[in-house]
Amino acid sequence: MSSEENNAGRLDAVAPAIELIGISKAFGPVQANKDISMTVAKGAIHGIVGENGAGKSTLMSILYGFYKADSGSVKINGVPTTINDSHDAIAAGIGMVHQHFMLVDNFTVLENVILGAEEGATLGPSLRKARKELKRLADEYELDVDPDALIEDISVGFQQRVEILKALYRQAEILILDEPTGVLTPDEADHLFRILRNLKDQGKTIVIITHKLREIMDVTDSVSVMRRGEMTKTIATNTTSPEDLAEAMVGRRVLLEVNKKPVEVGETVMQVKGLSVTDVHGVMRLKDVSFELKRGEILGIAGVAGNGQSELLEVIAGIGAATSGEVLMHGEAIDVSKHANAELRRHRGISHVPEDRHQRGLVMPFMTWENTAFGYHNEPEYSGKFGLANQKYMKKDAREKMERFDIRPPIPQLVASHFSGGNQQKIVLAREIERNPDVLLIGQPTRGVDIGAIEFIHQQIVNLRDAGKAILLVSVELDEIQALSDRILVMFDGVIQGERLPENTNEGELGLLMAGVDPEAKQ
Amino acid sequence: MNKNLPKWVDLGLIPLLTLALAFAVSGLVVLSIGQDPIEVVKVMIQGAFNPFGIGHTLYFTTNFIFTGLAVAVAFHARLFNIGGEGQAGLAGVGVAIVMLSYDWPHWSIALVVGVMAAMAFGAAWAAIPAYLQAKRGSHIVITTIMFNLIATALIGYLLVGPMQAEGSLPESPGFPAAAALPSMHVILGWFGIEFDKFAPANISFFLALIAALLVWILIWKTRLGYEMRAFGHSEKAAVYAGISPMKITMIAMLISGALSGMMAVNTVQGEAERLVLGAVEGAGFIGIAVALMGRSHPVGVLLAAFLFGILTQGGAELQFSLGIPAQMITVIQALIIMFTGSLENLVRIPMEKIFIRAGKGAS
Repeated sequence: MSSEENNAGRLDAVAPAIELIGISKAFGPVQANKDISMTVAKGAIHGIVGENGAGKSTLMSILYGFYKADSGSVKINGVPTTINDSHDAIAAGIGMVHQHFMLVDNFTVLENVILGAEEGATLGPSLRKARKELKRLADEYELDVDPDALIEDISVGFQQRVEILKALYRQAEILILDEPTGVLTPDEADHLFRILRNLKDQGKTIVIITHKLREIMDVTDSVSVMRRGEMTKTIATNTTSPEDLAEAMVGRRVLLEVNKKPVEVGETVMQVKGLSVTDVHGVMRLKDVSFELKRGEILGIAGVAGNGQSELLEVIAGIGAATSGEVLMHGEAIDVSKHANAELRRHRGISHVPEDRHQRGLVMPFMTWENTAFGYHNEPEYSGKFGLANQKYMKKDAREKMERFDIRPPIPQLVASHFSGGNQQKIVLAREIERNPDVLLIGQPTRGVDIGAIEFIHQQIVNLRDAGKAILLVSVELDEIQALSDRILVMFDGVIQGERLPENTNEGELGLLMAGVDPEAKQ
Repeated sequence: MNKNLPKWVDLGLIPLLTLALAFAVSGLVVLSIGQDPIEVVKVMIQGAFNPFGIGHTLYFTTNFIFTGLAVAVAFHARLFNIGGEGQAGLAGVGVAIVMLSYDWPHWSIALVVGVMAAMAFGAAWAAIPAYLQAKRGSHIVITTIMFNLIATALIGYLLVGPMQAEGSLPESPGFPAAAALPSMHVILGWFGIEFDKFAPANISFFLALIAALLVWILIWKTRLGYEMRAFGHSEKAAVYAGISPMKITMIAMLISGALSGMMAVNTVQGEAERLVLGAVEGAGFIGIAVALMGRSHPVGVLLAAFLFGILTQGGAELQFSLGIPAQMITVIQALIIMFTGSLENLVRIPMEKIFIRAGKGAS
C-alpha cells in the first residue's frame, strides 16, 4: 500500500525518513494493526487520521518502541532498524509527544528537559548545557519557554512546547505528535502549527496523529487514513478533502454538519445567579457566573478545559458544592451546598451526561443492564420488594434502550468496558435522555467517540431540544459548540468572558475569548 | 474477571493450579526439615477428616466463613476491613454480657439474643473506624489495626477485672447450662446421623451457611449491594448517581463488623460457654486470606474457609503425631496466601497464553 505519491512532490532521491513494512500487531483476539506499510518522506509533515481504536496510536507506539510488532519491519532513513524500547527510538532520532504529557509537575522546565539525559554525577554541567541549547532552540523555532518556570505553573500550551523541546534536545529528527491540539486553544494550536512548519523547514520529519480533519488539511503534506487496523488510504493532502477523508475513516458518507431547525425558545427553565466555587486548595474555580437557560434551546459553553466548566456542571448536577450563589429550577432554588444529592436533582428534572464517562457516567465493570439504570436504580420501576432490585425489568429496559439507541453489540450482559467509546456514550445518553428531563446537562458529548456515532449523538441532542427541552452543552471542541449551540457562552478562568450567537461570531473571535481576551474591549 | 478466559479456567483451574503450586513449594519446605511430604499430607488429611477431626475442621471452618464473609462484604465497597480480630473479640464480650445477665431458659432464645449481641458489638466496634474513614478520611486499614490492639487490651482488662470469675484464671464465669447451643452431635442426631460427641462444631455452622447465602443476595440482588459495588468500583460514579459515600462506608462496615462478630456465637457461646482470653485465635486475619482466595464471592469464601479449616485442624494433628512444629502450618498457610494472593500471575499468564491461543485457533 505504500506509494511514492505520498512523498508530496519531493523528487529527490533521499531515502524516506520512515518506512514501515507489513506491520501487524494483535492484542489477544483484537487485530490492532493489519499488515500496515507506510512511507514518510524526509522533511514532510504527515498526518494519520482514523477513528478511536483504528490503530493509529498502536502503530506509532510500535515505531516508538512501546509495543513490539508481531511481524513487519521498520526502516529509518533507509536503514533497517530494530526498536525494542524508547531508548532505541531516541537513538534512531525519533521523539514522541504524547497526548498526556510525561512531565514532572514540580520540576522546572530545564530539569524536565534533561530528565533521563543527565550526564555525570552532578546536575550542574547538564543544566548549563541544556540552558544554552534551549536558548538556541527557542530562537530558531519560536519555542520560547522560561527555563526556570515550574511545569505546574505554566499553561498546557507551554507544557507541550517543553515536550517538543525534550525531543529536540535529544536530537530528534523525526517527531511524532499524538493528538497534539486536544488541550489547546485555537490560538495555541496555530502557534503549534507555526512551530511545526519551522521544524519542517529545518528538515525535520513530523508525524501527527489526530482525529481533527481540519488540522490535517491545514498543516500536513500527506495523510494516511486508518480504519479497523488497516491503512485504507495514503494521499497527498492537497488532492483530498475533509469529506473524502471522513468517508475513508468511517467507510461511508458522513454528515459533517448538523441538521437543525431554527430555534424556538420558550420560557426560562433554569436560572444561575452569581455562582462561585472555591476548591479545596482555596483557588476560585468559578467566579460569579450567571445565566438563564430556556426551553427549546441549546446553550453551549465553550472554553479550554479547566476554566470552570466542569465545576459549573458539577454544581448544577448536585455533585459539587458552590461557595456562593444560587440555581433556580422553575423559579425554585435547588440545593447547591455540599449536602446536595444527585439523585434528588434527577427528581427535579435535571439529567446529566457527565464529561468523564469512565469515572462517572458508567461503572466500567458493571453490565449494561446495571448501567442503564445507574442513578435511577431506586426509582419504583427498577425496585423490587425488600430492597431487592427488579433485575428482570432492568434487563428488559436495557435491551430496549440498546435497540433504540443502536448500541452495539446489543447484549445487556456485556460489561461497559467492552464497548467502544461511542457505544459507551450511547449507553449514558440513552439512560439520561429517556428520562425525558426538563434540563439536560451534557459535558463533552463526543469525546473519544467515532465520527459515525458523533452524527447520531448530535442528532439526539437536537431532537431533545426540538422537543422543547433545555440543554446545557459543555464542550472543548469549538466545532461542536458552533454546530449545535443556539447561544454560546465562553468561559475563561472561571468567568463568563462573553456571550455570542453562533451566526454572529466566528472561530477567531471565540478563540480570543477562550484565551481571556475581549475583542470588543480592544476596539 | 478476565474477558478472554473461559469461566471455568478463571474461577476453577487457576485457583486449583495456584494451590497445587503452593502445596508443591510447601512440600519442599517439609522435605527440608527431614519429613516425608506424602506422610505429612496423609496425616493432615486423616487429622482433618477422621470422625474426631471433622468436628474440629467444621468448627474452624465456621469461624473462617464468618470472618471471610466480613472481609468480602467490605471489599465490594473497596474497604479493607482488617479489624475482624477486634470485632470478633468485642462480640465475644457482648455475648458474654447477655449470657451472664439472665438465666436463659432455653437455647433457642439464647441463640437469638446471642446472635443479636454478637452482631451489635461487632458492628459497633467497626462503626468507629468506619465513621473516622467516612467523615474524616482516616485510613480504615490503620484504624482497624489500632482497634484490634485496643480490643485486646480491653478484653484483657475485662477478664482480670469486672468480668472475671472467682479464681485466678482470666476468664468469665460459665454461661447458664440451659443456654448451651446444640452441638453438631445433637443436631445430626435429630436426623439419626452419628457424629462425634465431643466435637466443638455446633449449630453456628448452619448459621454460617445461611450468612453466605444472605451475603450473596445482598451483593448481587439488592439495591444496597448494587450501590456498594458501584461505590467500590468508582467513588466518583457513586457520587454522580446520588449514592452517599458516607452512608455506604458506614453500612458496609457495620455489616462487615456484624459478620465478624457472628464468629463469637460459634466460639464463645457455642464452644467455650464462657469468655476466655484469645478467643478469636487469629481467625480475623485468616478471614482476609479466605476473602482474597475466594475472590470475595460467598461460594469462594465457603470453599476457602473449608480449606483453611482443614489446614488448621490437620496442622494441629501434624504437631500431635509427627512432632512438626505448629509454625510449620503457618508457613504453609502463608505460602497459600502468597501464591493465591500475589503470585497468581505465575499461573494466570501462561493460562491466558494457552487458552487465548486455543481460542484463536478455534475461531
